[in-house]
Amino acid sequence: MSEPSQPAKKKRKVVLDERLQAYRGVWVFIEHERGRVHPVSLELLGEGRKLADALGVELAGVVMAEAKLGGDEREARHYCQVAFEYGADLCYLMQSDVLGEYRNEPYTRALTDLVNTYQPEILLLGATTLGRDLAGSVATTLNTGLTADCTELAIDPDDRSLLSTRPTFGGSLLCTIVTLNYRPQMATVRPRVMAMPEPQPGRTGRIVEHGLLMNEADIVTKVLDFIADDRRDQPQLPFADIIVAGGRGLGKPENFQLVRDLAKVLGAEVGASRPVVQAGWIGAEHQVGQSGKTVRPKLYIAAGISGAIQHRVGMEGADCIVAINSDPEAPIFDFAHFGIVGDATVILPALTEAFWMKLKRQAALTPQEETA
Amino acid sequence: MHSVVCIKQVPDSAQIRVHPVTNTIMRQGVPAIVNPYDLFALEEALRLRDRFGGRVTVISMGPPQAEVALRKTLSLGADDAILVTDKAFAGADTLATSYALAAAIRQIGKELPVDLVFTGKQTIDGDTAQVGPGIARRMHLQLLTYVSRIVEIDLDRREIVVERRAEGGVQVLRTRMPALVTMLEDSNRMRFGSLPDMLRAARQAVTHWDKTAAGIEDVTRIGLKGSPTIVSKVFTPTPRSQRAEMIAIEDGSAADLAAALLARLAERFPGVEKELAKRS
Ligand SMILES: Cc1cc2nc3c(=O)[nH]c(=O)nc-3n(C[C@H](O)[C@H](O)[C@H](O)COP(=O)(O)OP(=O)(O)OC[C@H]3O[C@@H](n4cnc5c(N)ncnc54)[C@H](O)[C@@H]3O)c2cc1C
Ligand SMILES: Nc1ncnc2c1ncn2[C@@H]1O[C@H](COP(=O)(O)O)[C@@H](O)[C@H]1O
Repeated sequence: MSEPSQPAKKKRKVVLDERLQAYRGVWVFIEHERGRVHPVSLELLGEGRKLADALGVELAGVVMAEAKLGGDEREARHYCQVAFEYGADLCYLMQSDVLGEYRNEPYTRALTDLVNTYQPEILLLGATTLGRDLAGSVATTLNTGLTADCTELAIDPDDRSLLSTRPTFGGSLLCTIVTLNYRPQMATVRPRVMAMPEPQPGRTGRIVEHGLLMNEADIVTKVLDFIADDRRDQPQLPFADIIVAGGRGLGKPENFQLVRDLAKVLGAEVGASRPVVQAGWIGAEHQVGQSGKTVRPKLYIAAGISGAIQHRVGMEGADCIVAINSDPEAPIFDFAHFGIVGDATVILPALTEAFWMKLKRQAALTPQEETA
Repeated sequence: MHSVVCIKQVPDSAQIRVHPVTNTIMRQGVPAIVNPYDLFALEEALRLRDRFGGRVTVISMGPPQAEVALRKTLSLGADDAILVTDKAFAGADTLATSYALAAAIRQIGKELPVDLVFTGKQTIDGDTAQVGPGIARRMHLQLLTYVSRIVEIDLDRREIVVERRAEGGVQVLRTRMPALVTMLEDSNRMRFGSLPDMLRAARQAVTHWDKTAAGIEDVTRIGLKGSPTIVSKVFTPTPRSQRAEMIAIEDGSAADLAAALLARLAERFPGVEKELAKRS
C-alpha cells in the first residue's frame, strides 16, 4: 500500500487494457475445515452477492478439496451446496489428492490456474491464516493488487472498479484502495467484520469442475502432523453473543477470576487485552484486538481495559460496550456506550450479583413450555 | 547458516493521535520504531546463529532515516545491515516492495548463500502480511507462514521442520531450505542487546543500496509504477456520535451502580435484553 499520507490528488480513472476487460464475475474462496464451511466464507458470499449484483455479473464460490479414494465427492459437493444457499450462482470445484490439508504450493498453483482460465474481476478470501497465506502468494504470482483486512467493499459506478476500505495507522484512519490496470482485484476480510447473510435453503447453482495437474512428488513441503486445538477448551470468541473481558487494570491474576465469574453467570465467553495474555493470566486464544480476535457480540463488558486502538479495532463492532475503568479520562469511554468510573474489583462482583438476580427473576417468570 | 531478516521502520501506532478538530493525523513527535512483529523474526534468526553459527543479515527498504531502525537491530546482535533506499522506490505497495526486496536478497545471496529469509507476521502500518509470501514467491522459496516454532534444522539434508499456526490447530511441516519463514508474534522473547553489540552498532556502517546496487532489473516494477494498488482516499472513521453514557450515583454503592446500569441497558438495548432472556 502506498504511504497513506500522500493520497492521489484527484480520483484516477482506471482504464483497463482490452485483455483485462474480459475479466468478469465475483469469486469467493470457500474455506472449509473438518467438514464445515468456515463462517468467514459465508460472510464473504453475502458481501460478494452485493458486489456481483452491483456489477450485473455472477457470484462464484471456489471449492478445493481432497479427491477421496473411491470417488466419494459428497463432502465437496456439500460445500458447493452451502455456497449456493448463501448466494453463489456457481461453484468452481477442484479436487485432487494434493489438495488435502492446506499447503501453500498446491493451493497457489490451483487457484492461479483457475483464475487464469476463467478470469474473474474480483477475488475475495477470508483473512484467516490460510486465506492470508494463499492470497499473498496468488496475488504475487498473478502480479495483481491485493488489499488486506478490508472493512468495507463497494463498486465504483463510474468504472466498475472495486473500492476496498481498510483501517490504517492501527485503526486511527481508514483508507480506500483501488486496483489500477491489473485484474483480478483481490481483497481479504477478517472473520466477523461482515454480517452473516441469511441462507436460502434449497437454492441451487451449477458446478464447474476443473482439474489440477500436480502430483505429490511435485510438492516439496510435507505435512508431518496436525495437532488440533482442543475444541472443548477453545473459546468461540468471534461468535460469542456476550463477552466479558479483563485488562491490566485488574491488577493481579487472581482478580481475573472476577471476570470469569461474571462471564459464567451471563453464559458469556471470556476476553482479554494483550498485556494480561502476555503476563500469562489467560491463554492467547482469549485475546481481543489487532493481533487477537475480532469479535461482534451483542454485549461486550470491558473491565480494567484502557481502550487502546489495538484493542478497540477488535471489539468496536459490538452492539453495546460497557466499560468499567477507574480513570474517568480512559480512552475507552470515548467509544463505549456505557461507562462506570470505579474499581473493577468492586464493580464486577456487584454486576455478577445483579445479573444473577435478574436472570433468576426472569426464569421464574418464564412459562415452562417456552424453556423446553 | 545465513539468515536474512526483513525489517521495516514504522511509526509507533500506539502513539498516533488524530487531531480532534481538523481530523488529521498528528505525526509530530510520533517516534519511529522497528515494526514490533519483525523483532520476533530477528530473535529467531539470532537463536539459529547461536545454535549453528553463521550470520544474520538485516535488510530494510525505506527512506534514509530508516537507518536508525537497522542500527537498532545491529545493537541487538545482527551482523550486517543493508538499507535499500532510492527515490524510485517511493509509493511502493506490497507487490512492488516484495519485488525490490527479493532482488536485494538475491544480491545478498551472491556474497553468501542464504538459507532462510525471515519476515515478521505483518507490519503495524501496512498490516497486509503480504510482503513475506510475495518475496517467497518471487525467489521460489518454500513459504512457511505463521511459524510458532522451529522444531529442527538439518543442515546436511537442508531440511527444516516447523510448527505453523493453522485454522483450528497447528500444522507440523517439513520442507527444504532455502525457505521463507514469517514468525508468529510472541513465539519468542527478544533478547537485550549486549554492550559490545551496542558499541559496535554505533560505529558499524549500514550499507546503502540504490536500485542499481539492489539488482533491480525492471524499473517499471518498483515504486509507484510497479504498484497495482493506490490509496484513493484517506479519512477518519465516523466517530461514535457521543461519548459513553456514564452511570454515576452520588454516594451510590457498587450495587446501586450495577442496578442502574442494568436498567439503562434494558431501556437502550432491547437486543441485549433479548439475549439475556435466552439465558434465564
Ligand atoms: C503491534 C501491536 C499489536 C497489539 N495488539 C493488541 C491486541 O490484539 N489486543 C490488545 O488488547 N492490545 C494489543 N496491543 C497492546 C495495546 O497497545 C495496549 O497496550 C493494550 O491493549 C492495553 O491493555 P490494557 O487496557 O489491559 O492495559 P492498560 O493500557 O495498562 O490499561 C489498564 C486500564 O485499567 C485501568 N485501571 C487501573 N486500575 C483499575 C481498577 N482497579 N479498576 C478499573 N480500572 C482500572 C486504568 O485506568 C487503565 O485504563 C498491541 C500493541 C501493539 C504494538
Ligand atoms: N519496506 C520493507 N522493508 C523490509 N521488510 C519489509 C518491508 N515491508 C514489509 N516488510 C517485511 O514483511 C513483513 C510483512 O509486512 P506487511 O506485508 O506490510 O504486513 C514485515 O513484518 C517485514 O518483515
